[in-house]
Amino acid sequence: MDLKQLYQDIILEHGQSPRNFGKCEKYTHQAKGHNPLCGDQVQIYLKLNKENKVENLSFEGSGCAISIASTSIMTESVKGKDLEIARKIIIDFLNMIKNTQEIKSKDLDDDQKIKIMSLSGVKQYPMRVKCATLAWHTLTSAIEGKKEDVNTEVVEL
Amino acid sequence: MNINSIKSQFPIFEKKINGKPLVYLDSSNSSQKPLSVLNCLDNFYKNEFSNIGRSIHSLAVNATNKFEETRENVKKFVNANSKDEIIFTKNATESINLIASTFGQQNIKKGDEILITELEHHSNYVPWHYLRETKGAIIKFAPINDDGDIIIEKLKELISQKTKIIAITHLSNVTGTIVPIKEIVEIARKKNIPVLVDGCQSAPHIKIDVKDLDCDFYAISGHKVYGPTGVGILYAKKKWLEQLPPYIGGGGMISEVKKNKITYAPLPEKYEAGTMPTAEVVAFNESIKFMNSIGIENIIKHEKELTNYALEKMKKINSVSIIGNPKNKAGVISFTIKGIHPHDISTIVDEEGVAIRAGHHCCQILHERLNLSATARASIGIYNTKEDIDILCKAIENCRKIFNLK
Repeated sequence: MDLKQLYQDIILEHGQSPRNFGKCEKYTHQAKGHNPLCGDQVQIYLKLNKENKVENLSFEGSGCAISIASTSIMTESVKGKDLEIARKIIIDFLNMIKNTQEIKSKDLDDDQKIKIMSLSGVKQYPMRVKCATLAWHTLTSAIEGKKEDVNTEVVEL
Repeated sequence: MNINSIKSQFPIFEKKINGKPLVYLDSSNSSQKPLSVLNCLDNFYKNEFSNIGRSIHSLAVNATNKFEETRENVKKFVNANSKDEIIFTKNATESINLIASTFGQQNIKKGDEILITELEHHSNYVPWHYLRETKGAIIKFAPINDDGDIIIEKLKELISQKTKIIAITHLSNVTGTIVPIKEIVEIARKKNIPVLVDGCQSAPHIKIDVKDLDCDFYAISGHKVYGPTGVGILYAKKKWLEQLPPYIGGGGMISEVKKNKITYAPLPEKYEAGTMPTAEVVAFNESIKFMNSIGIENIIKHEKELTNYALEKMKKINSVSIIGNPKNKAGVISFTIKGIHPHDISTIVDEEGVAIRAGHHCCQILHERLNLSATARASIGIYNTKEDIDILCKAIENCRKIFNLK
């Protein structure tokens, strides 16, 4: 594992020009997350329609390239999916960051899988894992309508 | 002065980090330890260990004497009047908490004001915040200018009839600002307001003379002064230590204990309850001896030269901004690179064996004032060389390359 693998072009590109940045219109759910150790912050805006489908998903916040890229890639991967599938993708992602190199989900196309898997190198840098997972935990919090902010020092990984 | 011979006293520099020689630029966070300190710890535990002040056997007497020798040397190091003015704590944070708690208990009422500054580390804000929560005290922040210097005129204006204490850092752990403590104490003296100085960053880098500063309290962390963790110093004028209530209660800090009455031990034991970090305090004496063996004037000269060298070189790198430009600056260099987050900088330079810190450095108030969420920080210790700065600058160039910056 070297730095070139951590900072792949996909990550740099999403870090520098994140997708779905800003507050989306008529969002139905939102949640805040922060990493008190480094000051990273993210706010997730989620719009679920009547059929429980993720109609829109966007974010605001500040953080490192890993954290912004991970959030940007997350919004792309989850947008347009049914809520239950969205939950599965989150679990798959967290499992990849912790244990595996691959993402097995049948609900993502190859292009999305490649983007998500570009983040798997983060596990070689334990101090940076929280940068990659913050947004995903915060999305879970938005889905579940939790009132407290997500704090990377409190959630498990 | 031969820095390489000083560096060779630190075993950690024999280690490789990610296959590269360690370039340690995180001394503001904590310093590395010379062999004399490590040998002392090892020897004390192997050959001399006993608890202090409790038993009368030979080991205990020897351990107590060594413990008190450190106190005597710390007294000289800060130029206090008496050994009784030196209290051992866990770290500077605990030293400040000790004063905030006991001084607050005795002297702070609802509506009273505590004056701190925008430069403060969380450890010189949060303990005072407790008094805001429990006593209804008001905390005021003396502002800084964009260079990172405290605006003394504004500080003066913030002093009122209700100001009960001024708590201020001697050296900023973000901008490297050396604060004119003597001038501030003179202002405070005219209004009879005590001054606590957070000397956590200053102790390893500038001359500490509490008599000359005339401050009431001075807090130091041993681990930043090339010493072991677990040792902090609180200097306090004797009148305060006599007058203030005790802090932590337990064994060792009492004089007599009855069912209906307890009297407390004389100074300094009144503030040292329970078993102290005995070996660490004993070994801290070696840290002071190490500092003395080089001499503070030589330390200042070397670190000043290196800081200037680093500033000049870093300023020449495209898209690097140095945070703050104080009148009097120590070897703490916070910086940003446009387009690269400080965490990414830290991870990338770490590959080259360069240890720096990234984040808000426990100074969220200051970062908010400077409109920054995080910065990268290279901080200098006595063992750093120009070569270390060259490697840092090369590693910064590598960050720019990885991020495709022009």
